[in-house]
Parts: sequence; structure tokens; C-alpha cells
Amino acid sequence: MNDLLDFWAEHLPAMLDGLLVSVQVTGASLAIGVPLGLVLALMVQSKSKPPRAIALAVVEIGRGAPALILLQFTYFGLPNAGLSLDSFASAVIALSWCTGAYTSEIIRAGLEAVPHGQKEAAEAIGLSHADALRYVILPQALRVSVPALLGFAILMLQASSLCFAIALPELVSQAYLIGSTTFRYMPILFLAGLLYAAICIPATIAVGALERKLGAHA
Amino acid sequence: MTQDILLNIALGVPWTIALTAVSLAIGMLLGIPLCAMRMSKLGLLRAIANILILTLRAIPPIVWLFLIFFGLDTGYVSFTPFQAASIGLGLITAANMAEIYRGAMAAIHPGQWEATHALGMSTWYRFYDVIAPQLFRVALPSAASYAIGLLKDSAIASTIGVNEIAYQASHVSQRTFRGLDIYAVAGLLYILLSLPIAWASRWADLHLRSRVAR
Repeated sequence: MNDLLDFWAEHLPAMLDGLLVSVQVTGASLAIGVPLGLVLALMVQSKSKPPRAIALAVVEIGRGAPALILLQFTYFGLPNAGLSLDSFASAVIALSWCTGAYTSEIIRAGLEAVPHGQKEAAEAIGLSHADALRYVILPQALRVSVPALLGFAILMLQASSLCFAIALPELVSQAYLIGSTTFRYMPILFLAGLLYAAICIPATIAVGALERKLGAHA
Repeated sequence: MTQDILLNIALGVPWTIALTAVSLAIGMLLGIPLCAMRMSKLGLLRAIANILILTLRAIPPIVWLFLIFFGLDTGYVSFTPFQAASIGLGLITAANMAEIYRGAMAAIHPGQWEATHALGMSTWYRFYDVIAPQLFRVALPSAASYAIGLLKDSAIASTIGVNEIAYQASHVSQRTFRGLDIYAVAGLLYILLSLPIAWASRWADLHLRSRVAR
């Protein structure tokens, strides 16, 4: 047991460095992906065809293809098109795409949950289309979407583990590296699992509680 | 894009389908006792099920696959990549299916339970004849969308060397030094594979929904 704790203590700094990279990739992807999802959700609802078609294609590919393939596509594929990116940039691009696609569906559901009367009322008091969206529709729609978006953020932290495949030094890559140099895969992977669980389990419980609390008012 | 490349990527399709089907089967079966434990009257069983479900869902699939494939391989037991991937994805599916069953259970009309009691049915027949048939019909749409998610998650098995679509794609890409078209084809294959599941689910839902008591 002491042996195990010593082993963990020795490698914990490297693992925490990895966790930091995981959190950075997740944070950057969410920061780009959620606004992208909002834009996509509005484009899908637009009345003119071209933006709707573009948004639908982006969403369907982002949701239909595995995140791993998106990552490999941006990291190994884009250099063929003359665009070489380092693993962090490719990871952020691929995961933002994925985030945008999924969150656009979450936000669309939120937009549809806003009663139609709100839009009519905004029109009746003479708000422009943009103002109606900004001051009336979006605040209500986003409030409905918050629990689902937070739940998705937790899934995104887990998805960042796929960046192992494109050699980004995040948590799983670090664990694998330490495992392959010490030949002690089990304890180090167990520690990686513990670190993920230490973030994701409390976060899942908190999101569930928030959902129940918001649901009680709806 | 030559025929040879396309053929090589397509070689992964049966493995992707097999892995998805096997882990879905494991998950759907193991999900039943897990859901039963989660809804048990005994606090201890409920707590165990809760912890199991939370842990299985909180740790990324890739970590589970590595734990099973590299971590357990200490000489006592060792798995082939396919076995390790099926076990790992199967366990994660079990946790998710347990939650789907639990959600479906809430959608079954309380009158159905009361009726089975009034008829004096035993626990086994209550579930086998009355509850389970309706449960599966209610759970079908969420189970189908989970199955589509699982199909995409099966790509993760390429990291431990199951030669499914993503593995074949990265293999071919390394051999030919091409990535753009190869990964685009691989992504398209996953989308194409998920379409029949979506259609089948919509068709089955349309036909089975009517046979659930409200």
C-alpha cells in the first residue's frame, strides 16, 4: 500500500500537468464551441435556405462522426490541405466543432421552449428582430439550456481524453507514458481514473441538483 | 482515393458493428440487475448501484479500455483487444442502460402495477408479462440514440488495437501519408452506419408505441 502511495506521489505532478492540459483543452473548446452552437442554432432556424443548409451540414457531421475521427481529421488530415497545426490547436478545433454541433441542438431545444407569445409581445412593443432576440428570447432560452449545457461540459472533459490519439500531453497520455516507462499500468491508470472521477462525480451530482432546483420552478 | 484504400477502410466495418452489437448486448443485460439494484428498497444495494453507475459514467471510456487491456494484463488474466473493448464499453453501456430503464419505469402507468397486484400475479410474471414488455417499448427511443452514441464511441477501441474503422483509417493513413480524404471517408462511414439504426428505431417506435398502456 505504501509502495502504491509512493508511486502515486512520485508521478502526481506529471499527472496534474496532464489534467491541466485536459482542462485547458476542454475550457478552450467550450469557450469557442458554445457560442458557435448558438450561432448554428440561430442559423438552423433561419428562414433563408443557404445558411440553414450550411448549419445543418456542420451540425450533422459534428454529431454524426466520432470525436476521435474529427480529432484525427484535423491533426493528420488538414496538413494534406496545407494547414499544419500543433496538437493543442487541432484538439481545440475538433472539439469545438463537436461542442458546437451538440450544443446547437441543446440551445435549439431551449429556443423552442420559449412561448410563442413572447416573440409576439416583443414585436408588438416594436422591438427590432435583433433586440427581441437579445433582450427577450435568448435570456429565457439560455436559462432553460443551462443544466444540459453544464452536463455537456462534463462529457467534454471526458472527451478531451481522446486527444491521446493525437499526442497531446493530457491526462491519459501522461498516464500511458508513465505506464509504459515503469510497466505499472494498473496503478497509474487507476490514478487517472480517480482524477477524472474526482472532478466528474461531484460535478454530475451538482448538475443533477441544479436541474431539480430549476425544474421545481418551471 | 483508390479502390484499395476504400476497401481497407471498409474492412473495419464488420468489427465496428460486432463491437457495438456485443457491448450493447452486454450493457442491455447487465443494465437490468443494475437498474433493479438502483430501485431496490434496501439502502445498501441502492448506494452500491449509485456508486457503480456514477463511477462508470464519470471515467472516460478510453481510461476504462486501458485499465482493462493494459492494467489487468498482469499475467493472471489477459484479454484480446476485442474482448477488452467489449467488456469496457459493455460495462459503461450497462450503467447508461440502467438509467434509461429507470426513466422508462417512471413512464409506466401506476395502474399497471395495481392491476398485477389485483390479479395476484407473482413478481416474476408481473415483470415478465406486464412490466417488461412495456418497459422495453418505452425505453426504445433512448436506447436507440444511445446505441448510435455507442457506435461512435466504439472508435475509441482503435487505441487498444481493435481493427475497426478508426483503426483501419489510421493504419491506411500512416501507410499512404494521406489523411484528409481517408478520415473524411471514415467519418462518413460512421454517419452511414448510424442511419439504419435511426430508421429502425423510428419504425419500431411507431409500431410498438401503440401497445403501451397510458
